[in-house]
Amino acid sequence: MSKDNKRKNKRYYAYAIKKSVPLYIMILPAVVILFCFTYIPMSGIIIAFKEYSPAKGILDSPWVGFKHFIRFFKSYQFGNTLKNTLSISIYSILVGFPLPIVLALLCTQIKQGFFKKFFQVTTYLPHFISTMIMCGMILLFLSPSNGVISHILSFFHMQMPNIIGEPGKFSSIYVWSDVWQNVGWDSIIYLAALSAIDPTYYEAAIMDGASKWQRIKNIDIPLILPTAMILLILRSGSVLSVGFEKVFLLQNQLNMTASEVISTYVYKLGLLNAQYSLSTAINLFNTVINLVVLLSVNQISKKLTDNSLL
Amino acid sequence: MKTKVGNDKMFNFFVYFFAILMIFIIVYPLWFIIIASFSDSTAVANGEIWLLPKKIQFDAYRELFKQSLIWSGYKNTIIYTAAGTLFQLIVNVTAGYAMSRKDFLGKKFWTIYFTIPMFISGGLIPTYLTVKQFGLVDNRLAMVLPFAVSCYNIIVIRTFFKSNIPDSLWEAAQMDGCSTFRYFIQIVLPLSKAILAVIGLWSAVGIWNSWFDAMIYLTREELQPLQLVLRRLLIINESLIKQGSGDLAARLQNLSDKMKYAAILVSTLPIMCLYPFLQKYFNQGVMVGSIKE
Repeated sequence: MSKDNKRKNKRYYAYAIKKSVPLYIMILPAVVILFCFTYIPMSGIIIAFKEYSPAKGILDSPWVGFKHFIRFFKSYQFGNTLKNTLSISIYSILVGFPLPIVLALLCTQIKQGFFKKFFQVTTYLPHFISTMIMCGMILLFLSPSNGVISHILSFFHMQMPNIIGEPGKFSSIYVWSDVWQNVGWDSIIYLAALSAIDPTYYEAAIMDGASKWQRIKNIDIPLILPTAMILLILRSGSVLSVGFEKVFLLQNQLNMTASEVISTYVYKLGLLNAQYSLSTAINLFNTVINLVVLLSVNQISKKLTDNSLL
Repeated sequence: MKTKVGNDKMFNFFVYFFAILMIFIIVYPLWFIIIASFSDSTAVANGEIWLLPKKIQFDAYRELFKQSLIWSGYKNTIIYTAAGTLFQLIVNVTAGYAMSRKDFLGKKFWTIYFTIPMFISGGLIPTYLTVKQFGLVDNRLAMVLPFAVSCYNIIVIRTFFKSNIPDSLWEAAQMDGCSTFRYFIQIVLPLSKAILAVIGLWSAVGIWNSWFDAMIYLTREELQPLQLVLRRLLIINESLIKQGSGDLAARLQNLSDKMKYAAILVSTLPIMCLYPFLQKYFNQGVMVGSIKE
């Protein structure tokens, strides 16, 4: 009996394997590329614990333990980059998280028709502008001598300060230009959540004489809260990785004290100064913190609101 | 009851007020770029341009198109975008399809295999060293091959296939002796035009706008894409016009400022032409991604 079963099992597996062969051929390119350019580099993380030199290669370079981590923690740049990264990132969450919700709520209040369509199409538009163009626009518009904002200010007899060179203004430039570019796009997901709300809720509320504001407060907001929580969790998972591209492009000598974040520091140390091991160690520290934050926010959210990723 | 209606009127007023304000804040900077690029350069520099262009001229565009860098950048970007989009589509859609099939042996393992990279990566230096070892530095393939797999897209595609293509279809095709490849090409793909469009457009926009990989992997000028040429023009503030054409320095400065506006317009135009197509798939794209199992 068991022999028979075994044979059946064997036959079943032979059949399943045969049927899976074409599927393996299809999945192969993705698997190979991912292995070569994602998994092999992951194993390269060990150079964070070694004194890597290109001449010796990864395997033959000597082990040095946590030397590079300790060096980073003790350096002046540790406190500075950590502070800059966190302040830009938290500022960005505080502003960039609620505003798309507000915009989505605003959008649902506009009557169906041409204006609504136009409103949506225009608010999504800036999302497709490249970071490079975006930063070029910021530099052009904020130019103290002939930017459009300085012209507006001079119209009111005011002097335009050199905002882009002021360390204190850097995070605001970063965050608000991001809002300009992405608030519309980020609201799409909330619009979808809002359109899924059962219309009978509104009908009942209108019957009871609820005003529009009351309907938003008591129906819309509670019902999109789960979506919002999930997005907040995802966002918190990158609390220590501020978008490299934009920070890097907006950096200059004058605002450097506020604009040097972990990722730009990793880039400069690693690729410009060839400090491979130190740079990798800092990057690893960054990844670990991000994972820890993601998992803990996920836990907290699970306990408090019953929403979680995993 | 009456007061409530009054409240709603007030409320509606604020809704439309903020909506119009929002549209203005978004449209004006874009409009300003267009009019500034066509206006007289001294008028732009002196702040005389507000709502309409003044003394329409095309000198910024003429000067811009004289630059061989712009042309080579444009050519490279088109090559990378076309090849990259096609390659990404093939790799991700085939993988996504395999992952969507119920009878795929070892599905659990591969799901984990494609999930891990979404949270952990080797980081800049190990990735750079690996790409270098494969001989892809200063090679056009660096823009197409190494980062073609998008685990997120694979999961989106898998979800789409799972929820839109019924299993019974495959069973029926199998009965008729249809092979997996033939089924995939002749039945699955024609049924999946929506997802192909979404993923294709997303990849195209992503590659068109990207520059970081090009900056670290391509050092030779003739390989660099448009975005890196723009970096020299817009961010590093390098003047592309050769000095000594007899013009006054101030005029030259104004012209090169104006060229920036023109460059912004010229490089964003293709994306804006795609926009009507993109728009059709906005909601779909975001929604497909947000559906969990």
